[in-house]
Amino acid sequence: MRPGAGQAGDTRKPFLRITDLTKMFGSFAALRDISLEIYEREFVCFLGPSGCGKTTLLRAIAGLDIQTSGRVEQAGNDISALPPSERDFGIVFQSYALFPNLTVKKNVAYGLVSRKTARATIEARVAELLALVGLPEQGDKYPAQLSGGQQQRVALARALATSPGLLLLDEPLSALDAKVRVHLRHEVKELQRKLGITTVMVTHDQEEALTMADRIVVMNQGVIEQVGTPLEIYRDPQTAFVADFIGTMNFVPGVVQGPGRVRVGQLDLNCEVDGLSQGAAVTVAVRPEDVLVPEGKSVSENAFDARVGDMEFLGSFFRADLEAEAMGGHGLRADLSINIVRRLNLNRGDMLPVALPGERIRVFPGQ
Amino acid sequence: MASQAQAVAAPALAVQPKLSRDDRIMRGFIVLVGVWMVIAVVLPLYFMLSKSLEDRAGDFVGLVNYAQYFSTPALFYSIGNSLTIAAISTVITISLAFIYAYALTRSCMAGKGAFRVVAMVPLLAPSLLPAISFVYLFGNQGIIKGLLGDNTIYGPIGIVMGEVFYTFPHALMILIVALATADGRLYEAAVSLRAGPVRTFFTVTLPGIKYGLISAVFVVFTLVITDFGIPKVIGGQYNVLATDIYKQVIGQQNFQMGAVVSVVLLIPAVLAFVADRIIQGKQTSALTSSSVAYAPKPRRSYDLAMTGYCALIGFLILGIIGMAAYASFVQFWPYNLNLVLKNYDFDVMDGGGWASFTNSLRLAAYTAVFGTAIIFTGAYMVEKARGFGAVRGAIQFLCILPMAVPGMVLGLAYIFFFNHPDNPLNFIYGTMAILVICTITHFYTVSHLTAITALKQMDREFESVSSSLKVPFYKTFTRVTVPVCLPAILDVSIYLFVNAMTTVSAVIFLYSTDTALASVAALNMDDAGDIAPAAAMCMMIFYAAATVRLLHVLVTRGLARRTQAWRAR
Ligand SMILES: Nc1ncnc2c1ncn2[C@@H]1O[C@H](COP(=O)(O)OP(=O)(O)OP(=O)(O)O)[C@@H](O)[C@H]1O
Ligand SMILES: [Mg+2]
Repeated sequence: MRPGAGQAGDTRKPFLRITDLTKMFGSFAALRDISLEIYEREFVCFLGPSGCGKTTLLRAIAGLDIQTSGRVEQAGNDISALPPSERDFGIVFQSYALFPNLTVKKNVAYGLVSRKTARATIEARVAELLALVGLPEQGDKYPAQLSGGQQQRVALARALATSPGLLLLDEPLSALDAKVRVHLRHEVKELQRKLGITTVMVTHDQEEALTMADRIVVMNQGVIEQVGTPLEIYRDPQTAFVADFIGTMNFVPGVVQGPGRVRVGQLDLNCEVDGLSQGAAVTVAVRPEDVLVPEGKSVSENAFDARVGDMEFLGSFFRADLEAEAMGGHGLRADLSINIVRRLNLNRGDMLPVALPGERIRVFPGQ
Repeated sequence: MASQAQAVAAPALAVQPKLSRDDRIMRGFIVLVGVWMVIAVVLPLYFMLSKSLEDRAGDFVGLVNYAQYFSTPALFYSIGNSLTIAAISTVITISLAFIYAYALTRSCMAGKGAFRVVAMVPLLAPSLLPAISFVYLFGNQGIIKGLLGDNTIYGPIGIVMGEVFYTFPHALMILIVALATADGRLYEAAVSLRAGPVRTFFTVTLPGIKYGLISAVFVVFTLVITDFGIPKVIGGQYNVLATDIYKQVIGQQNFQMGAVVSVVLLIPAVLAFVADRIIQGKQTSALTSSSVAYAPKPRRSYDLAMTGYCALIGFLILGIIGMAAYASFVQFWPYNLNLVLKNYDFDVMDGGGWASFTNSLRLAAYTAVFGTAIIFTGAYMVEKARGFGAVRGAIQFLCILPMAVPGMVLGLAYIFFFNHPDNPLNFIYGTMAILVICTITHFYTVSHLTAITALKQMDREFESVSSSLKVPFYKTFTRVTVPVCLPAILDVSIYLFVNAMTTVSAVIFLYSTDTALASVAALNMDDAGDIAPAAAMCMMIFYAAATVRLLHVLVTRGLARRTQAWRAR
């Protein structure tokens, strides 16, 4: 560590700092003015729809496709223009890019051999890494003789072999089948926590991001929509895009009535509308699980009656299509617990009193 | 607002990527490939073009030579002759090869492997060989000359027959690939729609292979129009462009007119090349990964008919080679049919003797070794370098350019360029080096494309991974790329070796007494009337090429066995 790079005890110092990064492909801007800080030991996911620029950003951080303009700093050094070989990172690609003609051991040792390390040291390190990723017995096999999940671990071991300061993962799990993927999510996260290596992972799978990341960077069309912990992103989406992209969300059009009030259909909803002036057209967003069925006689805010439409059983709950006349006929999906459905003996066509807690309602400008 | 305007006024500073050592080395190599192409193709062609605009004294005279060319019927008639020969040969070759390819891919006949091998045999012989065989078969003293009636083999008939033999495997390879990659699901659809066989052929088969078919047409057309050996041996008084160049340069020492004819020959070759490039571009997009291979079902009489057809073609191919082999041992055709070895006593004949054969072996070995190293390394750099897009694109173009240049034209252009007194490279003129450079360049494109295809199948992140591990690219190149691409590398080297053995056109202007070559010796012996020794020399070339080809098969097999552990998928 360079002297003065950070204060001891400061666990939240930016390890990677990206400033005003733009990447052009011809006249097409794949990334526009991206600024982002990633802290030491953090696990950050770039999440967004296909083509939004996640891979492009990762490759810019790696130096594989250097940005058109903007700065990248790692551990306090400006690495903006450096080639990949002069940066400090390990990388795992979606294809794993394992060398097919080398055994697992030789693949893992690939970056060690050239560093003029003693043979015994290399062998010990390779054994340690293979044990770390749970493949202690497979060292003499070739990649083609391993399953997809095992190949993925080899690629991870190879990337970690030289103890890089930064681990970059580009959709490392997406080539695996669902079951292995869920299992490996957990393992990769465990490994990262154990090694304390700062990690950036690209994914378009929100579940993956929500379960693995310390913080998620939601991207869309070359810009960052929101950065936050999984809970923040889920609970408090800053834009309609994030609200829509993460989880399931009901959207209904409304008009701002005044401070803390939005009109939807004939309904006036209590909710936060900071920064929006009266009469502004807005989109009101609420998650299905935040549509409550008031219990007993307790008075709830934003309560109204809705007619039950289709009900879909999703294992631990029902997702019901509701239709509320009071809301001007807009549909609303609601997650109803098995308990409630059973207790109220709910069927298609029944009327159901519901309420939308004000603090769970998000209001976005525009319709 | 003010701050926004400011942000616009001060555009972000563009990043100037710093080059790593790898980048610099790779770019250096790419530039070297470019320099090679400029020296070996572009400048010679430029010199040739300017030569065609000069008079004998070397002064610029504009289009005078061209005017003279087009006012001399003896010269410009050859254009029509060349086009006629090329058109007829193309139609015949494609038809014959199409049925053969169809039999190999769309029937259940027996012995497909053997028929495939037999069809490739012509690739191992210089194009002179079929011409010499036809002289023995249909010439003035030919054993079956009666079959031709009153027609003479010396002329268009002989040329076309020779060209069909020579170009058959080229067409076949392309058509087999086209037919084998056709989508089986379309046939199932056709059957379920109750389309008859004829309708299926025209609505499914032909459209499915149309790009392959067109490509085969251009390849055959170009091969025929640029071929020199066959019309030289069997063309008689029938002049074509390739032989005209030779006559102007060697016969009349009229280099300017030779250059003019070369430019004239370059035009159809370039047009065919451009058309083929366009087609190739479309072809790749026609393939999808979800295609299902077509699996033929046995049909007795149809399979038998196909077997009969292939057997007939195979018999003709082997018969033509066999004729030359036989004639090479005959003491004095047709009067004394005793079998002797005297025709192989090359040292007592003009043409270069046995030394020419060893020269050819040396040329082939050098071309294979250096050519493969240069071409594969070059292709790797062009394919895998980071950034440098514009230059890489330009070099890619230069690498496919040699295909458009007929061998005769390339050879003549080398005279003009390398024999120029002011050229610092003048010293390689008349040496083995210029023959090697010319031959590598002549066969550069196909080798380059083979290498590129193999390299494109490598994960494009291998280089990224190595640079992240701080392993220099050349280690990854030697430890991973070369071993994984070894089959393709062997393919390229065998292709270069065999072509260097058999080629005549490009080297005919460039050999010296010290570097006489077997194919040229055969040509010269034939010219001098020593047809049997010419046949013997052609057979020696054939044996050498066949031996190396066999070795290649064995090595490839061994390699496949040794590497199957990691190639298994
Ligand atoms: N080399 C390139 N040349 C031109 N455009 C490119 C290039 N690479 C990426 N793009 C474009 O940049 C945009 C972002 O691409 P990128 O690969 O970063 O997307 P992504 O978010 O990783 O998507 P995915 O989830 O599909 O991998 C896309 O529109 C893509 O078409
Ligand atoms: Mg991507």
